[in-house]
Amino acid sequence: MKFNKILKSALFLSLISTMFVGCSGGESDTIKVGGSFDVTGATAQYGIPANNGAQLAIKEYNETGGVLGKQIEYIFEDNKGVQTDAASAYKKLADSKDVIAFIGSDISGTTETIANLAKEDGIPMITPSATKMEITSIGPNIFRACYIDPTQGEILANFASAELKAETAAVLINNESDYSVGIAEAFIEEISALGIDLVAEVNYAAADVDFKSILAPVLNTNPDIILIPDYYETVAKIAPQAREIGIEGTFLGGDGWDGVTEMIGTNATPINGSYFINHYTTEDESEIVQDFITNYTAEYGETPNAFAALGYDAARLLLEGFSAAGTIEDSSTVVTAIQNIDVEGVTGRITFDENRNPQKSVAVIEIVDGQNKLLTKFDSSAK
Amino acid sequence: MDYMTLFIQQVINGLHIGSIYALIALGYTMVYGIVKLINFAHGDIMMVGAYTAFIFMTTYNQNIIVALIIAVLFCSILGFTIEKVAYKPLRKAPRMWALITAIGVSFFLESTVMVLFGANPKPFPAPQSSLIKIGNLQFSQLMIISLVLSVILMLSLERFIQTTRLGKAMRASSEDAEAAALMGISVNKTISTAFIIGSALAAIGGVLFAVAYPQIKPMMGVMPGLKAFIAAVLGGIGIIPGAVLGGFLLGLIESLTKGFLSAFWPDATLWADAILFSILILVLLIKPSGILGKNIREKV
Repeated sequence: MKFNKILKSALFLSLISTMFVGCSGGESDTIKVGGSFDVTGATAQYGIPANNGAQLAIKEYNETGGVLGKQIEYIFEDNKGVQTDAASAYKKLADSKDVIAFIGSDISGTTETIANLAKEDGIPMITPSATKMEITSIGPNIFRACYIDPTQGEILANFASAELKAETAAVLINNESDYSVGIAEAFIEEISALGIDLVAEVNYAAADVDFKSILAPVLNTNPDIILIPDYYETVAKIAPQAREIGIEGTFLGGDGWDGVTEMIGTNATPINGSYFINHYTTEDESEIVQDFITNYTAEYGETPNAFAALGYDAARLLLEGFSAAGTIEDSSTVVTAIQNIDVEGVTGRITFDENRNPQKSVAVIEIVDGQNKLLTKFDSSAK
Repeated sequence: MDYMTLFIQQVINGLHIGSIYALIALGYTMVYGIVKLINFAHGDIMMVGAYTAFIFMTTYNQNIIVALIIAVLFCSILGFTIEKVAYKPLRKAPRMWALITAIGVSFFLESTVMVLFGANPKPFPAPQSSLIKIGNLQFSQLMIISLVLSVILMLSLERFIQTTRLGKAMRASSEDAEAAALMGISVNKTISTAFIIGSALAAIGGVLFAVAYPQIKPMMGVMPGLKAFIAAVLGGIGIIPGAVLGGFLLGLIESLTKGFLSAFWPDATLWADAILFSILILVLLIKPSGILGKNIREKV
């Protein structure tokens, strides 16, 4: 009997609450934007700055009157870098908070989960930093603010050929990482078209710490350039060991290298003279970049990294989309507006291609005396 | 580079990493020999050693030798305390209890370091070293110093065990703890000694590991700890020369598959761990007590 009562009242309560939720949806006078990043888990070093960047952009829009006369409300849910948490974060925000747009997530795994759910709802979704190629193909409403891994490989190959005049190359591949394999495959394909010889291809596992043995083939073939498409932590392990056994070629890397100068410690000799490409650099003199750095530093007390810049741009792309669409009611109009957008962002001037990947310039960075120096801006579309 | 040079180069690499495995394996094997406990926290003691040296080198600007000595002292005290607090009360309890406690201690050490220093890896300020070239062979001075230091430590440990009173007491306790106690040997003292020496060696192993691969993080002890444990089993757990042999063998197999075999078969680097563990399984199938292990028939 008692159980029955509890059950009934619970049912009644839940019915009422869904009614309320149903009512509140249409008449909202704010633009509710959902966001989910990993701010406490293993990849929090990506999620925290991306989330900060997105929040900064939204705050700036709100201070100048919001979008379409409405204030933007950012509702955040942590996903700990775990796919099941990402799914429940999205469901919570979409079902009970009625968000009409979504920013997230930081890494490809959680972003893919969220994208699959967002596809059903059709609301515009943008990820600052998930680079896995297939993600934006999930649905026509899924966008990203960063360039994809194969693009990085192509750009690096072109840079090696045009600027470094390389003739032989070696590639080190972390076989357990989609990121590493993605860049490496595109790089290998592109250099063969450009006439650079691939003299050594070395596979390693994510947990490897000893690279002196693995690097023997690279030492034997003595290539001009050595591509290490991995994250800074691993790069900081590989580079010193490579120099220790006497490898002399120039190291090249992708955006995962961001942070390698801090990770390498006091002796930066092994990575000096290396090049990597990144989404943006604090050395960029343009006004929008310098303003962003000033505001971000004032807000969070630290210099923004690339993830912060991408989070900032992702939020701006979304909000500019609403502004261009002139409506917040119809998701498909907003999605079309974002597809046709042309925005000057911190990470370059951004337009979207037919797969909703951004077309923009990249910064080529040279490491000099343990410091990142902007070498040149390389346009990916004009290769 | 011809195949011969490549082979020798990889043998040197293998001896280097193998010597570190051996140092850590000694701690496993000594403790197992006396209390029949697999001390899973041993790999984490190695990590604590590396962090202690790191603190003294960065915050207090000590050189690496002072930092190494402090790390050794700190880890000895830590090992002693862990045994007294976590394992001693369980000595009469079923063996599984102590094993689970050891895993608990391992998590405790990892989490403590993670809370104190954060989960992100930190660069270890390893001293710079120059390359030594002999013909086509190249290796760093640090590698040689590390190898020589490990070998000296192993030889002194062997002498300590064979000749001193305490060493003899340890051997006696490991053979038959009850009979040794009846002969007036303090079992508590020998157990403490095993933990102190084991932890000190782990600390040295940790610092050498951090010098060779200059990056430290809270989970850095897990994989080397596991491999050292395998080295101890491979050589015959409880037998001191077995741990040394197992450590060097493991290092050599690993380095030769990754660096030498890969010249003929590019995927060998990815198969390295699978090959390593297949060898372990084979050895244990043929000789369950390890390479140097004695076959002890249990009375039913």
